[in-house]
Amino acid sequence: MIRYILKRLIMLIPVILVTSFLIFWAMSLTGGDPALMLAGDNAKPEQIEEIREELGLNDPFIVRYGNYMKGMLTGDMGQSYVTKRDVFKTFMERLPNTLMLGGAAVFIAVVVSIPLGIYTAIHQNTWKDTAGMIFALFGNSMPNFWLGLMLIIIFSLKLGLFPTGGKGGLDSLVLPAVTVGFGLAALITRTTRSSMLDVLRQDYMTTARAKGCSEKQVITVHGLKNALIPIITAIGLQMSLVITGSVLAETVFSWPGIGRLVYDSISKRDTPMVTGSIIMCSILMCIINLVVDLIYAFFDPRIKAQYSKKG
Amino acid sequence: MANKTILEVQNLTKFFNTPGGQLHAVDGVSFKIEEGKTLGIVGESGCGKSTTGRTILKLLEPTGGKILFDGQDITGYSRKQMRPLRQEMQMVFQDPFSSLDPRQTVMQLISEPIIEHKLLKSKAEIEARTLELMETVGLAERYVNTYPHELDGGRRQRIGIARALAVRPKLIVCDEPVSALDVSIQAQILNLLKKLQKDLGLTYIFITHDLSVVKYFSDDIAVMYLGQMVEKAPSDILFQNPIHPYTKALLSAIPLPIVGGDKPKRQLIKGEITSPVNLPDECRFMKRCDCVQECCKNGNPQLREVEPNHFVACSCV
Repeated sequence: MIRYILKRLIMLIPVILVTSFLIFWAMSLTGGDPALMLAGDNAKPEQIEEIREELGLNDPFIVRYGNYMKGMLTGDMGQSYVTKRDVFKTFMERLPNTLMLGGAAVFIAVVVSIPLGIYTAIHQNTWKDTAGMIFALFGNSMPNFWLGLMLIIIFSLKLGLFPTGGKGGLDSLVLPAVTVGFGLAALITRTTRSSMLDVLRQDYMTTARAKGCSEKQVITVHGLKNALIPIITAIGLQMSLVITGSVLAETVFSWPGIGRLVYDSISKRDTPMVTGSIIMCSILMCIINLVVDLIYAFFDPRIKAQYSKKG
Repeated sequence: MANKTILEVQNLTKFFNTPGGQLHAVDGVSFKIEEGKTLGIVGESGCGKSTTGRTILKLLEPTGGKILFDGQDITGYSRKQMRPLRQEMQMVFQDPFSSLDPRQTVMQLISEPIIEHKLLKSKAEIEARTLELMETVGLAERYVNTYPHELDGGRRQRIGIARALAVRPKLIVCDEPVSALDVSIQAQILNLLKKLQKDLGLTYIFITHDLSVVKYFSDDIAVMYLGQMVEKAPSDILFQNPIHPYTKALLSAIPLPIVGGDKPKRQLIKGEITSPVNLPDECRFMKRCDCVQECCKNGNPQLREVEPNHFVACSCV
């Protein structure tokens, strides 16, 4: 098991190399001269050239990439062009906010969607099922930012229950978490339902009933536990999306998270900030995937046996 | 002295609604079993034998008829009312690969009914009982913490049997318990079931499509065709004197260890099984029968006693 984890962590290295190269390359292709922007409108050509030299912008692409990677080994991902602050530090400052929002959103989604998914599966093809599925479809098709705006209008402006945005106390977390969580709940509900439907038809469910287990025991112990793998996959997938992709929700609620950071940096052409953030996000995604794989092993003894065999 | 009747089924029916109409899976089946005896139910795939077994245990809701277990009418019992009765009547399933929860260890699989029915309180007692059950069915103690996927079919079926025995039932419905196993292992499991019956005084309903298995195993045999019983008799009488053409054909299909010219000619059944949806009121076996007569079209024949304890449903007899 430990060997498996180590192997997976070592496999992160090529992933980082490839993603960083692609991102670095893509960023170097985008037009616009950072030096021009940094120097300001009234700068003389000599000043601009000086800045270029200082930032190493005149070096060939490969040399610049090499220097960047050399810096990354020591945790130095460069400085923001705009704020002049360390990229890694800025990212790490924002990370807890995003994790908090993501965690709360996933929590809300799981608490709502797993019971709902089980409920709709048990009552398949009845109006209860249809109602649940309409709810899920609604959540799936509703744009995040629109739902966010609606929630702000209703709960902040009309009812004055929660702040409109920014990060304050726990109450400021509610609306963004509900906004993001609602979309997630839709997919998890559908996954739970279809996975449960599959499991409910299995022979061992009949066995459990024949044993004389209570219906609750049959559904939760024999049903849910066997249906969990696809559900965990869905949650894990959502988790990585939330962390790297809740740009819209973070923007609507001016939540100081990573999505917002990347969005702002792109609009300000802050190349080092964008490159650094995206590389960090891809590393985070790999780690979440690894954690999901390890959770599989926890829930399914067959998968655990495979991991141990592979070593 | 006649033994006590443990299970009586009267005119049991189970219909399924399908897009094409009602599917008559079980259509008016009646029988009685005495305590400690084995009733074998045979028939081809789709004749309703498994459905009969599951309906008796109320794993499927019967459409009509009556099920009397130990004198109680359990036909209308809800799932909750059935729960205490699960201690009395158990089932061994056909497929030992899919009928065991893959997330549970052998210990959990076998001990769950004991815990659910609160038969034993302390953990030590439950463990001791589980190990005892494993020994009874011939599972080595070292498998106690393994998962079903680590074991072969025979061992898994032993888990299924141990699980059924855990609550000390009186009646066990064995739904093709050996058909998914290798022949060598089939014999082991059959011997085990036989031994358990002798030691524990169990009553079996033994569902199978394999006549040589029921011959070895059953006191009485019922032959089913398209949801109905076509012949019912004590095992030896049925094998010596089969009357219904379908039974004759089934018996002649048993492979015999004879090489050369002495081999009796096989009586093969022509055609395909009639669809069990929207059945006409005539003999259901008519279209495949060798000795059809005019009377076969006049209504669906019911079981009649043609000699003591030998019942046949055929208009021509």
